[in-house]
Amino acid sequence: AFQRPVNEQKELLNKWNEMGTDEPDLSLFRPVYAPKDFLEVLMNLRNPNYENGEQPSFKNHLGLIQVPLKVKDIPELKEDFSELGLNIGQLGIDDSAQVPPEFFENEHVHVGQKVLAEQDSAAAQQYVRQGCPTALRADLWALILNISNQPEDILYYEQLKSNVIQHDLLVDSLIYKDVKLTASNDDYYFVFEDYLYQVLLCFSRDTSVLEHFTYSSATPPKSYIRGKLGMEEYAVFYPPNGVIPFHGFSMYVAPLCFLYHEPSKLYQIFREMYVRFFFRLHSISSHPSGIVSLCLLFETLLQTHLPQLFYHLREIGAQPLRISFKWMVRAFSGYLATDQLLLLWDRILGYNSLEILAVLAAAVFAFRAVNLMEVTSLAAAEAVLADLSTLKVMPLLQIFLFATVT
Amino acid sequence: QVQEIVFKNFYTAFLSVRVQRPGPSGSRRWVTCLRDLCLMPCPHTEEGSQDYFCLHRHQMLCDVDQVTAMRFILRQPSPVWLHFTIEDLQIFPPGQKSPQKDFPSWLSQLTPPEQPASLHGELPDPEKVSTEVQQMWVLTEVIRARQAAARIGRFDVDGCYDVNLLSYT
Repeated sequence: AFQRPVNEQKELLNKWNEMGTDEPDLSLFRPVYAPKDFLEVLMNLRNPNYENGEQPSFKNHLGLIQVPLKVKDIPELKEDFSELGLNIGQLGIDDSAQVPPEFFENEHVHVGQKVLAEQDSAAAQQYVRQGCPTALRADLWALILNISNQPEDILYYEQLKSNVIQHDLLVDSLIYKDVKLTASNDDYYFVFEDYLYQVLLCFSRDTSVLEHFTYSSATPPKSYIRGKLGMEEYAVFYPPNGVIPFHGFSMYVAPLCFLYHEPSKLYQIFREMYVRFFFRLHSISSHPSGIVSLCLLFETLLQTHLPQLFYHLREIGAQPLRISFKWMVRAFSGYLATDQLLLLWDRILGYNSLEILAVLAAAVFAFRAVNLMEVTSLAAAEAVLADLSTLKVMPLLQIFLFATVT
Repeated sequence: QVQEIVFKNFYTAFLSVRVQRPGPSGSRRWVTCLRDLCLMPCPHTEEGSQDYFCLHRHQMLCDVDQVTAMRFILRQPSPVWLHFTIEDLQIFPPGQKSPQKDFPSWLSQLTPPEQPASLHGELPDPEKVSTEVQQMWVLTEVIRARQAAARIGRFDVDGCYDVNLLSYT
């Protein structure tokens, strides 16, 4: 971390709204880790008290995850996600062109406006389980996440912005690299490149994010000022918010840019979503919404309900989790079409859980099962599942949970 | 006399506790005071496997006064675990507070509901306000005059602080 010289500070302040045009030399930087590296770590998690014999037996899991966590099965998921049932209206299904809006859509929008007028956060959370109308989504999410953009919040953001301008951090280069590699190459999100810098650079300096480590199983990396190794008074958290961005991190922010255009509000929404949900996707814990449980849930659902497909993919060396892991780690951002992604994230907020990501991953495999049964290699399986942009999320979820014959 | 039993589980699924007490005729008998308490709801999975448990006398099936011996019977029906036991077992007689009960007093007091400041018909005294404002103004003048030349950076070495060696412990 070093302090920028004054003229560089002025230049950055002028260019704040168009940092995307900056072309720093990033050729020497690589992302710290990518999702597939993380998957390797998760695959190797073992409980020393668990009998992990080399002989295949009922004790060894057939998938990649070998940790015996408790995951829900379809009857339990049906109960949890009861609002996604077949006889309940959903945005994403019952607002399509063929369905007259009088049946569901108009009434739903009306209820949404009432919820907003009452400013009732709990009602909003219940409401978005059936999807959020596009016009009301930004306000409803802010209501659920308790973001009101008060003057002190704006001031806090401005202070972070001045921190960015005054000091340069090594993490900034990682962020630049990540944005250039992922969001800038994406057809939907490249327009938001500048917003992404404005949010992520401030995020990495925000020490209030450190509070989430009280309920996360991870610990923030600590470092010592040069020459003072081991002395506690000279220990700092690096980066200041304790979160090292990995390859694809900027995709957590990108979809939110469709909803919020004011940088301070966009920042707060992202920060709240991160400390409530997204941190669980890249840290190891036994929480039911943690990535380990999600992976195990996905594999268990697939084994239980599509055993033939699971066996076939295993035999050809294409463990299903190798393909779906990257979807779940990014909460499907960058893989689905944006309107579908936002409908999915409505349900994450509504149910306050990330399990729906694992259910959707299994549902996608179920949908493409016929094609997948014919492939003979991991590369071919990846090719079948490479393009998810045409998928409609809600029908897939509904069919998988409520309409599949078990 | 037993008030509380506290322990940390290590992969035990069910716990039964028997106590030995003097019987009606003077001899000592074994009585079950806890039968198959479920510690792990699903014995093949991790849930509850390393949790802390606390058992009170009122949760027990029989009276636990004049206990001379206790027997803890641990059951783990699932074959996947290599070892199972309970750890850090502590038994507390009545009267002695178990460690968890000592809250600092400020923690147990509920914060009183905030009374919204009522300005209705009652404006603050202008004399008081003006003297306070004057004091604040004087303070800011003093601070401005005394502004230190040194920057606030603790770790600045030539305007940067250098870190190496990230660690997670």
